[in-house]
Amino acid sequence: MPEVRVRKFVTVVEEIFHEGGPAATVPPRRAAALAIIANPFAGSYVADIAGFMDDLKPLGLEMVKALVAALGGKSHAVEGYGKGAIVGAAGELEHGALWHVPGGYAMREILGGAKAIVASSKKVGGPGARLDIPITHINASYVRSHFDSMEVGLADAPRADELLLALVMTTGARVHARVGGLKASEIKGEDGLR
Amino acid sequence: MTATGKAKIRKLVTFVEETRSEMGRAIEPPTRRAAAVAVIENPCAGKFVEDLSELINIGEELGGLLTERAVAALGISGTSVESYGKAAAVGENGEIEHAAAILHPKLGAPVRKALGKGAALIPSSKKRGGLGVALDIPLGHKDAAFVRSHFDGMEVRINDAPRANEIMVAVAVTDSGRPLARVGGLKKEEIKGDDGLR
Repeated sequence: MPEVRVRKFVTVVEEIFHEGGPAATVPPRRAAALAIIANPFAGSYVADIAGFMDDLKPLGLEMVKALVAALGGKSHAVEGYGKGAIVGAAGELEHGALWHVPGGYAMREILGGAKAIVASSKKVGGPGARLDIPITHINASYVRSHFDSMEVGLADAPRADELLLALVMTTGARVHARVGGLKASEIKGEDGLR
Repeated sequence: MTATGKAKIRKLVTFVEETRSEMGRAIEPPTRRAAAVAVIENPCAGKFVEDLSELINIGEELGGLLTERAVAALGISGTSVESYGKAAAVGENGEIEHAAAILHPKLGAPVRKALGKGAALIPSSKKRGGLGVALDIPLGHKDAAFVRSHFDGMEVRINDAPRANEIMVAVAVTDSGRPLARVGGLKKEEIKGDDGLR
């Protein structure tokens, strides 16, 4: 399969002190890592694309390491995650789906066996397109306080023949979470759901 | 109103962009730039306030904080920074003059202190806008404004800011000029550094 050619590598970190309510004792953080890469399948229909997933694994690991570093350097501080992709205009949505396996693999590899499915979103879009990436708890999808999302995008990407690949992580619940449901302290941790 | 202004920060956001290739050409070493953005309460929102000294003092506080954050995000020393810029976006209940109060009177001194130098004007932009507004931070070489390879800009935006009574304040720094810069002009190796221009 083709080599992974990175044009741009971007990290974004949000530190949230409050949202009109009491200031957080430890402000929760959200971070995103974005890689803008050449889409080797842009411009025509290619039937066999699945091998590119393996090629993307080292990039996934690099992005996770950048995220953990941006969040303070400790992988155990990560409580929520998500992933997403924006496919440039000369590609197809299916090219974005190539990111599911390597993106998820990379996060589990570094976070030590996170159990929950990695929530995701993807779309085809032009430079400056914005993508809302859903976020859930890394070990139990139903933890209500950790349902969140992070909007990402970049003014000059993706170009038509590019892919924007994204991973996001959070260090905690929404800053003023108070709508009940399963709590992080109640996780059983058997099935990745509760 | 007190003149001791202390920024009420809701959010701090840091962006780092590393460009590794352009038009198929490798950029070695990659060009890197970072922006740190504070989302703060606008103490003057919703009314005409004659004396903007509270915002002026907030600008001084944020100049140090944001520069420190942006430089740390690049992982370099302040003295290694090559270009810089600043910008502010005022929410709909504020005035463009509020952005001016934050950016112009006092924000620059702590920026320059953090960078060890900075003879050139810090290029700036400002606007009023709603949530998710795109803020284009102009960039210029910190010691000589005419260095052509370092004229650039960095777009930042935060989907939930600025709210009506908020201001987004941004400082950007780089370790380099544009990727593949090749339109001539003054080079960074030619800086005299006497007047901040050349």
